[in-house]
Amino acid sequence: MTTVDGPVLPKLIGERVKRREDPRLIQGQATYVDDIKLPGMLHLAFKRSDIAHGIIQSIDTSAAEAMEGVELVITGAELAEHLGPMPIGTPFPAPDHYSVATDRVRYVGEPVAVVVAEDRYLARDAADAIEVEYEELPAVVDPEAAMEPGSTTLHEGFERNIAVESYWGGTGVNPETAQPEDDSAVDAAFAEADVVVTQRMLNQRLAPNAMEPRGVVAHYEPGREYLTVWSATQNPHILRTLVAALMGLGEHQVRAVAPEVGGGFGCKINIYGEEYAAAALSRLVKAPVKWIEDRTEAFLTTTHGRDLLGYIDLAAKSDGTITGLKARIIADIGAYEVLLTAMIPTLTGLMMNGVYRLPVVRHELTEVFTNKTPTDAYRGAGRPEGLYFLERAVDMLARELDMDPGEIRRKNFVPADEFPFATQGGLVYDSGNYEPCLDKALEVADWQGLLAERDAARAEGRIVGVGLAFYVEVCGLGPSAVVPTGGWEHSGVTVERGGKVTATTGASPHGQGNETTFAQMLADHFSIPLEDITILHGDTSVVKQGIGTFGSRSQAVGGAALISAAGKAGDKMKQFAAALMTDQEVSPEDLVFEDGRIQVEGAPEVSKTFAEVADFAYVPVPLPPGMEPGISEEAFFEPENNTYPFGCHISMVEMDRETGETKLLKLIAVDDCGNVINPLIVEGQVHGGLAQGIGQAMFEEVVYDEDGQPVTASFMDYVMPRAADLPTFELDRTVTTTPINPLGAKGVGEAGTIGSTPCVVNAAVDALSPFGVTHIEMPLRPERVWRLIQENGGQS
Amino acid sequence: MIPTAFDYRRATSVAEALALLQEGGPEAKLLAGGHSLIPMMKQRLAEPGLLIDIGGLDELRGIEEQDDGDIAIGAAMTHAEIAASELLRAQAPIVAETAAAIGDAQVRNRGTIGGSLAHADPGADLPAVMVALDATIAILGPNGDRQVAAEDFFQDILTVDLEEGEIVTGVCFAPCRSAAYAKLEQRASKFALVGVAAALTLDGGSCSSARVAVTGASSHAQRLGGVEDALAGASLPDGAASAAAGAGDGLEFVNEDLHGSEGYRRAMTAVFARRAIEAAAGRG
Ligand SMILES: Cc1cc2nc3c(=O)[nH]c(=O)nc-3n(C[C@H](O)[C@H](O)[C@H](O)COP(=O)(O)OP(=O)(O)OC[C@H]3O[C@@H](n4cnc5c(N)ncnc54)[C@H](O)[C@@H]3O)c2cc1C
Repeated sequence: MTTVDGPVLPKLIGERVKRREDPRLIQGQATYVDDIKLPGMLHLAFKRSDIAHGIIQSIDTSAAEAMEGVELVITGAELAEHLGPMPIGTPFPAPDHYSVATDRVRYVGEPVAVVVAEDRYLARDAADAIEVEYEELPAVVDPEAAMEPGSTTLHEGFERNIAVESYWGGTGVNPETAQPEDDSAVDAAFAEADVVVTQRMLNQRLAPNAMEPRGVVAHYEPGREYLTVWSATQNPHILRTLVAALMGLGEHQVRAVAPEVGGGFGCKINIYGEEYAAAALSRLVKAPVKWIEDRTEAFLTTTHGRDLLGYIDLAAKSDGTITGLKARIIADIGAYEVLLTAMIPTLTGLMMNGVYRLPVVRHELTEVFTNKTPTDAYRGAGRPEGLYFLERAVDMLARELDMDPGEIRRKNFVPADEFPFATQGGLVYDSGNYEPCLDKALEVADWQGLLAERDAARAEGRIVGVGLAFYVEVCGLGPSAVVPTGGWEHSGVTVERGGKVTATTGASPHGQGNETTFAQMLADHFSIPLEDITILHGDTSVVKQGIGTFGSRSQAVGGAALISAAGKAGDKMKQFAAALMTDQEVSPEDLVFEDGRIQVEGAPEVSKTFAEVADFAYVPVPLPPGMEPGISEEAFFEPENNTYPFGCHISMVEMDRETGETKLLKLIAVDDCGNVINPLIVEGQVHGGLAQGIGQAMFEEVVYDEDGQPVTASFMDYVMPRAADLPTFELDRTVTTTPINPLGAKGVGEAGTIGSTPCVVNAAVDALSPFGVTHIEMPLRPERVWRLIQENGGQS
Repeated sequence: MIPTAFDYRRATSVAEALALLQEGGPEAKLLAGGHSLIPMMKQRLAEPGLLIDIGGLDELRGIEEQDDGDIAIGAAMTHAEIAASELLRAQAPIVAETAAAIGDAQVRNRGTIGGSLAHADPGADLPAVMVALDATIAILGPNGDRQVAAEDFFQDILTVDLEEGEIVTGVCFAPCRSAAYAKLEQRASKFALVGVAAALTLDGGSCSSARVAVTGASSHAQRLGGVEDALAGASLPDGAASAAAGAGDGLEFVNEDLHGSEGYRRAMTAVFARRAIEAAAGRG
């Protein structure tokens, strides 16, 4: 084989390429919303309710208005003349919800008025100077009490505070009406069961706590009738659609930009009142306005996650075969339905089939309003709740039957040859192969060794336990049939003069590393160096269309769109290349990309450089017949289904007998997310997810007192996991590809949060089982553990 | 998270700080490490009109052995500096270790011993240690200086024996090797949910006298008299558990919150008293 000059470019897919994003992030060279400063920009501050529930009697803005430098003070009722109720993205009935409360407040932190002032400090002082009088109403805090007849109701027309009434799923449920038709099979399964485990469990309320709080800059230019909104959002295109609609503008009049976004974890999917208000106020005061959330506001007003109460029953035969599952779930959704609020808990029931072949499932969901911050997606969004309930129940069953937690799961796995597998929840799992994953996890953890270690520790009087959980989750949201915004993704690929490549993606990364992984994919596709590729995202004026980043979709859906656009651009490159090589009678089909050249396969001497061809594409003399100049292609990708990654997590914990403090000794995670573009990034996603999942199990909880006052509204009381609380994670993986997209990649963003939580609680229950404990609620607060030990006289 | 407007002056001497305090009256507040004051200002729980920064004053710095053998620590010494002090590690390891266990690295790099003692957070660590060591707090005011015993200095929640216009200039205590501090961390803030400091006078395997103080459990750092009495003459470490057993019972007021109920904190007072005593006895 003849060779030509030039470097050999290694294939990058599957390589541990360091994140290209990181140098600018860790050197303070990134531009976040708060870094955006426009001439004449004014600042907003929101006056917020300090009570949980009450009717606004009066708002006195006079002192605030009198302050020098205050441009405007506007109450919710006044703003409502410019801004209608906020849209939501679910088909469920919802009460009107204004950006700023008009007549009644329903949670601590709800805005009641806005100040527009010359600087942020002044705006805040003016907001403090606003006097609001309320007629206080009883706070509705307990979701079960909220559903009692005669309870105080938050919203007219929503009797007993029920937002979503008895949403049914599972066996014998009419998929059209979501009502049970004949689910007597469920009752029969329980009647015939050898053993039934029953447990009420709380999947507690959490605060997402992105490192960067929310923020928005809105600039309405009256001369152009054009609005630009910069926001710390996960989905600028959705923001554009919704803000345009509420402002009475067309999408052609709005540009939305997500600059650098410092984490979202689901809480930056929703389009918030502050974003709408900023847009409307910019139009009103004819100046750009900025609002940056402070940490207290983040705790009070950024959507919370989880808060599901589950009544779970699991039926089985004495050999461990699971014969039925019942789940009655009550979701405490807080005071309002925001963008996806009502949809999130429905995912819980959908995913409660887990990795098992369950003959029958009954799932009943009620969503309830309370005087708390609204809930919405939080990393895992519905799946951690369902898998927690299920994996706790399966673990209880194993304990009841004295079976190994791995073996009881193995016994009930959906077998590898039954995929695609239709679940009782009505989903179709694309692909799966659970046993090798379990085996690998048991091997990596040295499960038998762990048990021996545990037993030896117990013999010394230590309180040690091991836990295992096996999860499956749903990633790659779409398709469009299930995502109200559309479930596709868009991408553009432009080969620039000189052979450099600019690509756009509608995925809007905020920590996922797509600037790296997508560049790896294009580098391999075109066989050009990574440095020659720029990935642009997060600006609707640059990225023509898009949905955004959530539901672990950026690789599986966004990546597929990228490859599709790259394919089109590549085809055109080959056509131009062939036109340049007419004397050699080359046809485009013979050409491949190799080491910066476009060459006849196996004959590098018959080639043009990538750069030569790109240059020719922009000055095509003569223009090949039937072709347009230039190379800029785009593609939409609509997935036909979701992807269903899975994994097995194993942990070991130890508790201090005297104090109840829990220490996580080990965490082993074997995840299967299909093909991996960049193991370093996948592991990073798993690490972060594990920390958050462990955070839920051990540390975090949003707590309200009986008056609806939050008692965990700062990092002095809300316990975040810290590096020192975590062991060195032991990771491994199996690879089961998906047929849903050409990459075979499933998604990994949320995996860590899903398996680790039940895994750690299972270990905690195992540790406490010598004390007769069969369940413990999260988080593993020392006092809670201590009490369980004390109730047994402190002796195991 | 946005404080009200305030003026800021950086004092160049203690005398200037005192004068500025006089001038500023009730509106004025001293600023040392700012790690208690600034969070309160950001929450608008404190709204001082004037901050007088004493953080870097040379006169308030230093960790020194005095002529009489006592150790003096300047008020502006940070927790990190105290934790790193060779002198303290050798002569009063309890102080260095306690400082090392405060908050996180950022807090230790900014927060000062003077600020911690003057602020008297009910969960602060150093107050209990100072009470156990029978330290003397040195105070300078418009009418000259005075010394107050640590156990009299701490009076109630965030309340100490400090008049308007006065500055804590430092603390002073006798070296003590057989002393230790043990705490149960509040998991979010790392303040003490319960912390106990024990300073023992050992006579072979038994304890001739002891000073034991608790923080976190109650409104302010205070002595656990019952434990001290029970320790007198006790053989250690065996006698630690029984001496500590009732440690929490005697406390009149016990804090209660999300992180620990009254019952839990009482029980933990006994646990951490025993741990502190055992650790102190282990130092022989
Ligand atoms: C996240 C976090 C975690 C923490 N964890 C712990 C912990 O685990 N244990 C613990 O003990 N502490 C903890 N702290 C508190 C920390 O130790 C503070 O630094 C300390 O309590 C106050 O010291 P400062 O120098 O920062 O004082 P500042 O905040 O500057 O001042 C506090 C108060 O004392 C006054 N003051 C300061 N210096 C003097 C002086 N020389 N004379 C008179 N008055 C003075 C000020 O006017 C002010 O009222 C934590 C703080 C934070 C923010």
